[in-house]
Parts: sequence; C-alpha cells; structure tokens
Amino acid sequence: MYPAKFDYVSPSTLEEALSILSASENAKVLSGGMSLIPLMKMRLVRPTTVVDISRIPGLDEITDEGDHISIGAMVRHADTAASPLVIEHAAALAQAAGATADIQVRNQGTTCGSIAHADLAADQPAAVLALGATMVVASLAGTREIAAADFFVDTLTSALTPEEILVKIKVPKGGKSAYVKLGRRGGSSDYPIAACAVWVDASNGTVSDARIAVTGVGSKPYLAAASAQAVVGTDGSGDAIAEAASHATDDIVVLEDLYGSVAYRSHLAGVYVQRALEEVLA
Amino acid sequence: MSTTSVMGGIVRRKEDPALIQGKGMFVDDIKRSRELAVAFVRSPFAAATITSVDASAALELAGVHAVYTADDVRDLGLNPAQVAVGTLRPLLADGAVHHVGEAVAMVVADDRYVAQDAADLVYVEYEPGDVVIDLKEAFADTHQVHDGVSNTLLTWHGHAWWEGVVDLPDPSPGIQEAKERDDTVVVSLEMVNQRLLPTAIETRAVLADWNSGYGSVELWTSSQIPHAVAGAIGVMFGIPSNKVRVVAPEVGGGFGVKLNVYPDEALVCFASRELGRPVRWTETRREAGFSSTQGRGWIGTATITGTRDGKILGYELDAICDMGAYTQNLTVAVPLLGLFVAPGQYDIPTSYALHCVVTNTPTTDAYRGAGRPEAAYYLDRIIDTYAREIGMDPADVRKVNYWKPDQFPVNTAVGMTMDTGDYEMNLDALLDRVGYEDLKARRDAARAEGRLLGIGLSTYVEVCGFGPSALAGLGFSWAGYGLPAAFNGSGVVRVQADGTCTVTIGTGPSGQGHETTWAQIVADGLGIAMENIEVRHGDSLDSPMGTGTFGSRSIAVDGTATYEATKRVREKAATIAGHLLEAASEDIQFQDGGAHVAGSPDRSVSWAQIAESAYQPHTLPEGVEGGLESSVVFSPPNATWPFGSHMALVEVDPTTGDVDLLEYWATDDCGNVINPMIVDGQLHGGIAQGVAQALFEEAIYDDAGNLLTTSLIDYPLPAAGNLPMFSLDRTVTPTDVNALGVKGIGEAGTIGSAQTIVNAVVDALSHLGVRHIDMPLRPQRVWQAIEDGRK
Repeated sequence: MYPAKFDYVSPSTLEEALSILSASENAKVLSGGMSLIPLMKMRLVRPTTVVDISRIPGLDEITDEGDHISIGAMVRHADTAASPLVIEHAAALAQAAGATADIQVRNQGTTCGSIAHADLAADQPAAVLALGATMVVASLAGTREIAAADFFVDTLTSALTPEEILVKIKVPKGGKSAYVKLGRRGGSSDYPIAACAVWVDASNGTVSDARIAVTGVGSKPYLAAASAQAVVGTDGSGDAIAEAASHATDDIVVLEDLYGSVAYRSHLAGVYVQRALEEVLA
Repeated sequence: MSTTSVMGGIVRRKEDPALIQGKGMFVDDIKRSRELAVAFVRSPFAAATITSVDASAALELAGVHAVYTADDVRDLGLNPAQVAVGTLRPLLADGAVHHVGEAVAMVVADDRYVAQDAADLVYVEYEPGDVVIDLKEAFADTHQVHDGVSNTLLTWHGHAWWEGVVDLPDPSPGIQEAKERDDTVVVSLEMVNQRLLPTAIETRAVLADWNSGYGSVELWTSSQIPHAVAGAIGVMFGIPSNKVRVVAPEVGGGFGVKLNVYPDEALVCFASRELGRPVRWTETRREAGFSSTQGRGWIGTATITGTRDGKILGYELDAICDMGAYTQNLTVAVPLLGLFVAPGQYDIPTSYALHCVVTNTPTTDAYRGAGRPEAAYYLDRIIDTYAREIGMDPADVRKVNYWKPDQFPVNTAVGMTMDTGDYEMNLDALLDRVGYEDLKARRDAARAEGRLLGIGLSTYVEVCGFGPSALAGLGFSWAGYGLPAAFNGSGVVRVQADGTCTVTIGTGPSGQGHETTWAQIVADGLGIAMENIEVRHGDSLDSPMGTGTFGSRSIAVDGTATYEATKRVREKAATIAGHLLEAASEDIQFQDGGAHVAGSPDRSVSWAQIAESAYQPHTLPEGVEGGLESSVVFSPPNATWPFGSHMALVEVDPTTGDVDLLEYWATDDCGNVINPMIVDGQLHGGIAQGVAQALFEEAIYDDAGNLLTTSLIDYPLPAAGNLPMFSLDRTVTPTDVNALGVKGIGEAGTIGSAQTIVNAVVDALSHLGVRHIDMPLRPQRVWQAIEDGRK
C-alpha cells in the first residue's frame, strides 16, 4: 500500500495539463483519486507523473446547455447525485452517482473519473450509456467528442488516449431514465453484482426509443441492443418488458466472481433490466 | 456506596472530544527523531522450502540500512506468547513457509517507500510444495502441513481436559439411548462458520526505540495486551520487564486481532537495537490478511435428539476448527471457549468434539466472541431446526429446556458453574416488547401475498470476566513470560495533591469507553466530579500489572479492582476528613467534590484540603500513613455468564435472493450497568459484526492458499446504511461473583446475532423446502437455495 516513486504536478490551466501529458512517458490524470490512488498503492499502476487537475478552474461545474447538460471533469459523485439539473434531466445518472461506493468516496471521487476509469462494474458508465451521453475529450491537438457507446472498449480500457483528458460529459435532455442495482452488501449498497440503467422516450403511450445499459455482468458496461429493440415500438407492457429482459445478455460473455456465477449474473441481468424498465414505464 | 448518581447513568464519553477532533494519539501519531521504517518480504506460496534469499540488490538501494532473515534473529528464540501446542511461528520464516504472506525477510530503510522498493528487490527462491487448505482434507491428514506432525493438534472433548481441575459430570449421559427410543426425533445439520478477517479501522502498528545507554526498550504498539507484550519482549531479549516499556496508546479497534504478541513487535525491537535508531512498521490493510490473526473457520455437524414435545435429550457437536498454519496466543483455546458454553442456556446432556486442525493459511485466533459465537451459532441453528421438525414455536422449545432461575448457580453438562440467570424472564421481556404474536401474524399475512418475511430468534449465554483463579493453567496461562497465571484485574486510585483523581488500570481498551466507565465508578465512590478524574491505561510500566482487554473481561475484573480501591481511598479520606472536621469518620459523607459531616453540610472540607493533609503526614492523625491512594488486585472466584435474547425480521427478495434486514431487537442481560449508552454502543457494534458475518463477510482462499479477499472491495464490512436502527432493551440479573454485580457486554452482540439472521432467513424460506443456508447469506446463495428448494 505504498506506491512506487512518481512525480506530482498540479497545473492551473488545462493547456498546461495537456502539455505535461503529451510530454510524459507514462503520466496519469488524477481527479478525485478514488480509483487511481488504490491502484498505485497496490503498485498495479506505476505512473511516472501524476497530473492533478483539481486546481484547474471551471472543471467542477454542472451547467444547463439548452438541449443538454454538461458535467465537468471535477464534478464529484455527490454533486452529480444532488444536482437538480441531473435529477430532472438525467435521473439514471443521479441515481447511479448516488449509489456509487460510500459517502466518503462520493464526496471525493468524480463522475468523469469513474467513467474514464472504465471499470467493468462501475455504476455511472451504465447511466451515460443509457442516456446516450457524449464524452468531450481534450488534447493538445484539440477537442473531440466520443459517443458513450464508443467510449467503453474493455475492462479498465476506454477510448481515451494517454494524451487526452475527459473534460466534460454532455448528457442530452428528454425522455425518462432510471438506474437499479444489486450491490455486494445487498440492496444498492457497494460495488454492483449486476445493475441496469435504462432510458426511454415514451411520451405518446408507445415506446418510440430506448437504450438499456448493463454493468457488472460482462467485461465492460454495455448497451443491451436486443433488449432495447424488444420494447421499442411497443406500449411498454409487461410482455414487452419480459421480452426485453430475456435478451439482457445476448452476445455477451458473462463473467463470474466470488459474488455471482455466470448463471446467477445472467439471471440478475434480466431481473434488473426488467426492474429498470418497470420503473420508467410504470 | 452511591452518594451521587453517576453510576448507572448516561454519561457522555470522556474520550470522544479528542477522538472526533482527530486529536487522539495512535501509534502512527507518535513520532521519534531519526526513525527508520520496515517493510516485509512475504511469501507468495502457501507451502514452500526456501532455497535462497538474495538481498544484495536491496542493500545497494540508497536509504536501505539492513535486510534481516531468520539467520539474524534465530538467537532470540521463539515468541513465548504462543500456546505450546502444534508448530509455533518463528519470527521470520526459517527454511520453509507455511502460508501465503508469511514474512521471510525484514527490510529497514529511511522511509516506508524506500523500504517497499527494497523489499521488491529481495530475491527469494522457493521450492513450492503441496498445500492443504480445505478443512476436511486437512482433518483427513493425507498430507501434513508440518512434516511428520498430524494436522489435528488436539481434540477438545471435555474430559481429558478437565481432569483434576473441575468435577466432571458424567459424559453426555443417555444421548445414544435417547436416539434409539421410538418417541424421539434426531435432527442433524452440517454447517460452516466461515473464516473472517477481524478488521479494525486502525491496522496494527509498532514503533520501537532501543536505548543502549539505559539498556531498555520502549515499544509503542496497537495492542489489547501491553503487559503481555512487555513480558514476551523481556523474555526474548533477556532483559527484565522493568526495562521494557510497552505502550498501547489509543487503539483503533481490536476485536481480538490485537490480543497477540506478534513477531513484528519483537522484530522492530531487534532492528532498533541493531541499528541504534527508532524503527517503525505500520501494517497495510492488504498485509493485515497475512500478518494479523483471523477468526472463526469451523465446519461442524450439530445434532439434537429430543422428544416430540420439545424436551431435548441430547446435543452433540462434532466440528473441525481451522487453526491456520501456526498456533499463536489463544489459537487452540478459542474452541475451548466455545466448549465452555456448549450447552447454552439449557439443562441438556451435551457431547462435544472440537478438532483443532492446521491448514496452510494464516493463523486464526480470537475474534470478537472467540468460540462463543460459533458455539451459539451451532446450538441455536439446530434448536431452530428441531423446533421446525416437531412443529413447535422456537421460543417454546427453548423455554422447555432452560435452566430455571432457582437452580443457579448451575453446574452445566461441560463442568462449568454458571453464576446467575433468568432466561425465560429475559426471553419473555423480548417477546412482549416485540409483540411476538402480532409479528408472526404480520409475517404470515405477507407470505400470503407472496412476500418472503422471516422471523429469527436466538437466545444465548456467554462466558466472560476472565478469569477465575480456579481456571489458571487451563491453557490461558501466560506464566511463561513473567505474567501471573491467573487473569487478574487491577486498579490504582490516587487522589492528587490538588484534589483531582488519577485512576490507573490494567486494561487495554480499543474503543470500549473505559475512561468514562471507570471514571463513573470512582466519581460515584468519591463524589469527585467526572471531569476531575483521569483514567490511564496501556502503559506496561505506569499501569498496574494488567491482563488487558479481551473476552468482555475488563469491567468484571479490573472494574471490580477499581471499585475496591475506590472504597479504600474513601475510607482513608473519611479518616482524614473526620480528623480535620473533628468528627467521627463514620459520620463523614462525600458529595459535590468534598466531604462533610452528616447532617451538617456546613462542616465540610474539599478533596483538595483532604489531599493536602494526606500529603503532609505530620498533619494526619496518629497511625495514619501519608498518601491518598490504593492499589487493588482482584481475582474473581468465577467467570460471569451474561445472556440475552435477539430477534430479527427479514424480507427476502424471491427473485434475487437479496436479504433485507427490516428490524432487529435485542434484550440483553449483562447484570448491573454502569453506563447504558456505552453498553448500547457495544451491542450496536457487536450486532453489526454478527449481521455482517451472517450476510456478507467471508475470508476466501483459493486452492493454492491465496487469500482472495485482501481488500475492502472484496471483503465488505457493514456500514450504518446496511443496518436498521437496532431496538435494544435489557433485563438486569446481577452476578454474585463481583461487588459491582457486572458481567460484561463487549461480545454479546456478536454472539447473539449471526444465528438470529440465519434463523430468520430460513424461516422466510422454509415453506419452499429450505432447511439451511451456510453463511454468508449473499444473494447468490439465497437465490440458489430458493431455486433448489423449488425443484
């Protein structure tokens, strides 16, 4: 639990941070540190330079941008969970942020940090997948946008390159969303054994669009496309929901660990797809 | 004795202002100049021969002072604070390792970072061997953990053990005959009481400063037993105990894990002596899974033979208990503690076989409850199963078999004498408060709607207040390293010259609120205000001879010593006050910070005036010696036997197996209560740990002996949000073995709770064909049981 030697820098502008990242062999970005620091202490990650972005002004804001809301790189889980904007327009993300870890971690860790970390069972990646969010990524070369659906590549691997910083997330407004989970200590407490975020557009009595994301089940948080297809175009009745649930792990290699066998996790994926859909279509 | 009403009242904890402001002084807060830091090189194998250790690269690293191996410390001998049964742990692995994480070499460097870097550069060559992790496999003895030594170190049956110590009852009379009768039922269950990591918030930490000028050593250590550590260090280094100062400052949780003398405590002393500088080691959370003791780890079959109307004719438990690879302080004594309470609250023939078996895993030892939660778990689970089998309410079955209050003191089926008890009264108090019949109706109504509600009941008796001198020599003796064989208690009460009071006790608290509770005892006796009483502990040279804090023993033993010392100080103060006030000492009363003549409140002196006289002997009456203090050592005639009744209401999610603990009630009886808030606090923590064992905690090893749950991500601890607000109440049945009438409460919550939860979950699922689920009742297991039951 003692990290290997590293340099620590705390730039005051984004440009400075990006320059350091670009110039360093093996630098890592530090925001809240709730994932990076434990990995460093176990010496599973040994960055030469740690670039702390917490002193860069303007990264800790949640703003209303008309058709979407924007969540900056330094917005803490607790702030995401408590934000009236997020609660109103992106309920699944507020719920996922509120169900992340414990209160100490939620006060320190950041939403963008959790997403950039791309843990296979993290809460908030599922929410941004379901909400169809866009990741805004900066490097010295400029800014690019990555759709959430393209962002999560594999376990602990995102589409970010080593020179890039995830500076904000754009979450579109509209529709209705929810996040439900089973955690390791029961209920929604702790790391998910399985969890699901859903977003639907069901304004006219029929489900015109839907996205369903599952976390804790496969090697990365994923969009269950077949589940979404099963409810789109229906009235969102129990049959449609059950059909959606039955496709929760289509084409997914379900993982197992101390908390869940393949059979149990596959079962749970369906259960939580069903429960999330019931919540938004009730 | 009471002239004020401090005793028995809710008094806010004196220790909390410092602790909640972060101003408490823990080992890591104590700094010495020129400190060096230690990191250990640990084995990646659970069984291996060490063929070579190459420290040359590590020694070349700037800032590294030394790398020590077994060769360097062999002369110190073995840590004497280990029960001499089985293979004892060497200070550093000597030629072979027997569990993953065993320390092979110790690196000392300028700071912990350099030490860790250097530890990574120590190259150890191993020749891996076969491992034994599974308990049943170890018991079968097909492969020995230690070459040529049976894996079964001993089996506690009772009889050989008790010979010559207590009168033996007839061994389990009539159980076999009862089994063969036509009118009896026999119910049996194999159950696992899983391995646990006793996780204190403060990991262990040590800091040694050897002074070659004085020929003495100071050791700060996060320990429950500073005197025992001092005794063992003295023996190993060949210096008298008055040259060893061991200080346990604030200790951030113990739970039994700090009830050992550990190799690292000796090793930092050694390194400090060799290098002439203070040396520190602080255990990391991850290391704690290797370098500290673990808890529980039993697999056993419990059997009840009884009539169809609830009369139990025999209780049998045959269990294999995991010792880990080496035995340490109380390793083999933990099952024995379970044996002490084997028959529970019941007048029932009992037969016990507890096999102490080694495996290639870290050592087990006491964990909150230490043998008693295991015993209560097996007994109460099988009683519940028996009640279900014969169609009786589990509360009624218990009542049929309880010892009755007029039978006390009772001699139990395992040869123990229990002091006082009124179990049916206690259970009825719980059932009345809960509204048991209404609760059952609520459960049944919910079940009719397809919801899975379950009610769990457990009633337990435990044993604490160690220890009676009659039990000295029963494997609990620490006499091998200069401590008394009996676990006595001690207290020194001194009134200072300014009229304030210092109380010094032999306990080693780790959050139990001793500073408050002991101050209440003294405030009550002397009429000195709480804020003018300082309670000190944990310094092997400054505290009176002390046994430490474990087994819920402190209040019954050291508390009583302090109570007696307080009485003696008061008697002397009354003599002095009588002299000053020209009144008879019998007429002196103590109140409001001073003494006055009964009936004449104006004729008074303050404690400062009494003390001023006490410290000037020429002002004292003829024959009265100077000073105003008393030191008492108390040897209890018996242990104490607290008891209680716990109940839980759970709801199981039939689709996921998730268990929701809706409500938890406990009615405990620990005799007289000095501070109800502290007693409740002990219960809250204890119940939380028992619930956590029932629902999610488990130390899991793979087949190669790797601990898979070394981080708190994989080893979830209970948090407030996982628990309902506990509803607590108590009955009061004082003990007659000490003057305070107190029994002890530190472990009751843990002992009463795990089986309460499991009984509740099984109750919720019994109509689905579920008879038992092994802990922890993680959602998957419960879901699987539901699935299997439906088949």
